[in-house]
Amino acid sequence: MTSETASAAPARSGFRIDFHIWGPVIALIALVALGAFLNPNFLSYGNVTNVLARSAFIGIIAVGMTFVITSGGLDLSVGSMAAFIAGVMILIMNALVPSMGVGWGVILIGMAAALAVGLIAGLVNGLLITQARIEAFIVTLGTMGIFRSLITWLADGGTLSLNFEVRELYRPVYYDGLLGVAWPIIVFALVAIIGETIMRKTPFGRHCAAIGSNEQVARYSAVHVDRVRLMTYVLLGILVGIATIMYVPRLGSASSSTGVLWELEAIAAVIIGGTVLKGGFGRVWGTVVGVLILSLIDNILNLANLVSPYLNGAIQGVIIILAVVLQRQRKAER
Amino acid sequence: MSGSAILEARDVSRSFGPIEVLHEVGISLHAGEVHALIGENGAGKSTMMKILSGYLAPTKGELLLDGKPVAFSSSEDAEDQGVILIHQEFNLAEQLSVEENIFLGRELKRGFFLDKKAMRAEASRLLSELETRVSPNARVSDISVSDKQMVEIAKALSRNARVLIMDEPTAVLTNREAAVLFRQIERLKAAGTAILYTSHKLDEVAKIADRITVFRDGARVAVAGAGEMSEDQMAQAMVGRELSNLFPPKAISPSGDVVLSVKNFSVEDIVHDASFDLKRGEILGFAGLVGAGRTELMEGLIGVRGAQGGVEVDGKDVALGSVKDARRAGIVYLTEDRKGRGLVLTQRMRENLTLLALDRFGRYTIDAKAEDAALTKAIAEFDVRAPSRDIRVGNLSGGNQQKLLLAKTMLAEPDIVIIDEPTRGIDIGTKQQIYDFIQKLAASGKSVIVISSEMAEIIGLSHRVVVMRSGRITGVLQAKEINEDQIVRHAMGLEGRAAA
Repeated sequence: MTSETASAAPARSGFRIDFHIWGPVIALIALVALGAFLNPNFLSYGNVTNVLARSAFIGIIAVGMTFVITSGGLDLSVGSMAAFIAGVMILIMNALVPSMGVGWGVILIGMAAALAVGLIAGLVNGLLITQARIEAFIVTLGTMGIFRSLITWLADGGTLSLNFEVRELYRPVYYDGLLGVAWPIIVFALVAIIGETIMRKTPFGRHCAAIGSNEQVARYSAVHVDRVRLMTYVLLGILVGIATIMYVPRLGSASSSTGVLWELEAIAAVIIGGTVLKGGFGRVWGTVVGVLILSLIDNILNLANLVSPYLNGAIQGVIIILAVVLQRQRKAER
Repeated sequence: MSGSAILEARDVSRSFGPIEVLHEVGISLHAGEVHALIGENGAGKSTMMKILSGYLAPTKGELLLDGKPVAFSSSEDAEDQGVILIHQEFNLAEQLSVEENIFLGRELKRGFFLDKKAMRAEASRLLSELETRVSPNARVSDISVSDKQMVEIAKALSRNARVLIMDEPTAVLTNREAAVLFRQIERLKAAGTAILYTSHKLDEVAKIADRITVFRDGARVAVAGAGEMSEDQMAQAMVGRELSNLFPPKAISPSGDVVLSVKNFSVEDIVHDASFDLKRGEILGFAGLVGAGRTELMEGLIGVRGAQGGVEVDGKDVALGSVKDARRAGIVYLTEDRKGRGLVLTQRMRENLTLLALDRFGRYTIDAKAEDAALTKAIAEFDVRAPSRDIRVGNLSGGNQQKLLLAKTMLAEPDIVIIDEPTRGIDIGTKQQIYDFIQKLAASGKSVIVISSEMAEIIGLSHRVVVMRSGRITGVLQAKEINEDQIVRHAMGLEGRAAA
């Protein structure tokens, strides 16, 4: 540390709170306090598990989305991709039951298929963006429509249901857990921790931020820009696969309304968490906080009778806009 | 001295956070006078210009317009009162036409609709006055940097500027374009405009300034009328010490083995059939006019542009398809565009320093401690002066950015270093440090290619000089042939076409 650094430090400490960093956390704490105040059941084991487990799907996807957005991209297709993966997974497992019988073998193959389809879907998005040089917004808007249409077609406009016995066997993956912690929560936590580590500690994370800040600088600094970009979409695709693996045992079905608006929730969580939409800066832990904020709002509205739960979307919208306003204020100060 | 000042700053100070960058300085701009403000990077010139033009408010002190105290609420406010700043990085809407840019914000109207005819006529008039051939309906993103400069000036003229503040206007201009600019400045002067002018080119300052103010470390160290200060005295006042010879003495031309041999190299449709050799320990200058294809040749070499031709490193054929390949072969390229291609301005010094050689800081995870140590070392070795280690690189002065970029490039441990415009927009003290560094690099057995549009730099540094013109190498000069006359003759195509 130079002496100049030391002299610069006092101005930054003091009583001012850096909203850019702590804003989401403060909002989360405020929400928890509000929830506990409004309804004594809010902090009960059952409710907490319920909220966390249901956040897990969006959360796992949002972790992947953080990398895509940090490197200056966007993926609108994740909601329909999840629905499509769920459909394919169910069809494959149902098709295998006659030959393999009901057992974990079928489920494992189904899981592998989910990961594979997610990987391929991410690869398609990524290749179109990096090789065909089409804007991410356009590509994923297109694939969003394609995946949504495919699941509707696969389900013939109705619902694809998982074989009843397989469903009974698979159910615990969503509803059971380890030492009282539900599996989706555990998986979400693992994904978040690994994601945060990758973002913060690995060359890949550093390269994502560099590309998002200035692609040219990254290119001139020996970063394989296209490869890193492609990897972010593939990673996101795989994470959508993992989210779907956790989601299918919950309802045991997939239809054209599965995963609707997940992409927007995931993107919103990323932005609320402090990642810059234009790219260049991302933090996975912020995204996790963002996901929790969104699901807590939903939960509190359902538990308390203050505001109609139908206004959930409006409140989430306000929070998203507020988050960006707070980010901007900080920028202007610099 | 011609009457009282139009715009004057009195005992103006400005702080950013706890750091005061301008300490009670004053400057006064008079009608019909060109006032040059010079100083090293980080001396406070930009801050002063921003205060004068309403972009920043002074923390202490006051501004006087026509002798009355004034506080500009914004740059628009200042412009309305006739004080206009032309930025070094232009403020033009890239997707709009030249004419639309000139009238942006104060479009001429007929009733509810734009009066395109009147605007076209006025834009054409302004542009022809400036002797530029850019068309009023050309899109700004399609025109050259120097034309953009002219558009900025036309824009200021259309606003009836009484005080025109120019931030290094000639940094991006060719000599011919600069001459046009100087004529315009004379014309504006005659019309009674007060002009504040900054430049790192002291010969220019000596030529056009009526009055010179020198800043150093946020304070005014000298004010003098035209002719009272020689270029040497200006440089001394800026640096605060006697400048010994700007260029360190050249080592004897190395006769070592060839480390890089480029044969019949063509890049896209820009560079044709370039061949040259680079020896160990050599500084090879690349001279030529702007647009001669020097940068493109090097960018082709390191794989950021499509290229054909042979490249041998240490006698072995290599295929350089990407910056990574080039780096593996020991070649690094330091771009001329440090803000657009060299550094991530929104990130801190640490992330920038290690980006190119990130693989040296751990294979799977980045060793933050090692990075910090590398930054400490780089700050000491390259004399990077930053108010804090966590400062965003965009807030560093140009000279310090360039030093950081050098440090970043050297972290890749190259054998062959290609430096494109090593000192563009950099103050004279830092220049000297960079020249020293280049010389030491060569003396230590590395090989250096220097592309420069500054003749003195090419002549002062190079063991041999390759001259390019319109995408071709027109000559390789050695020893006594390295002089301004020879270089210009080759660059203009008056002489040579020999293969290198």
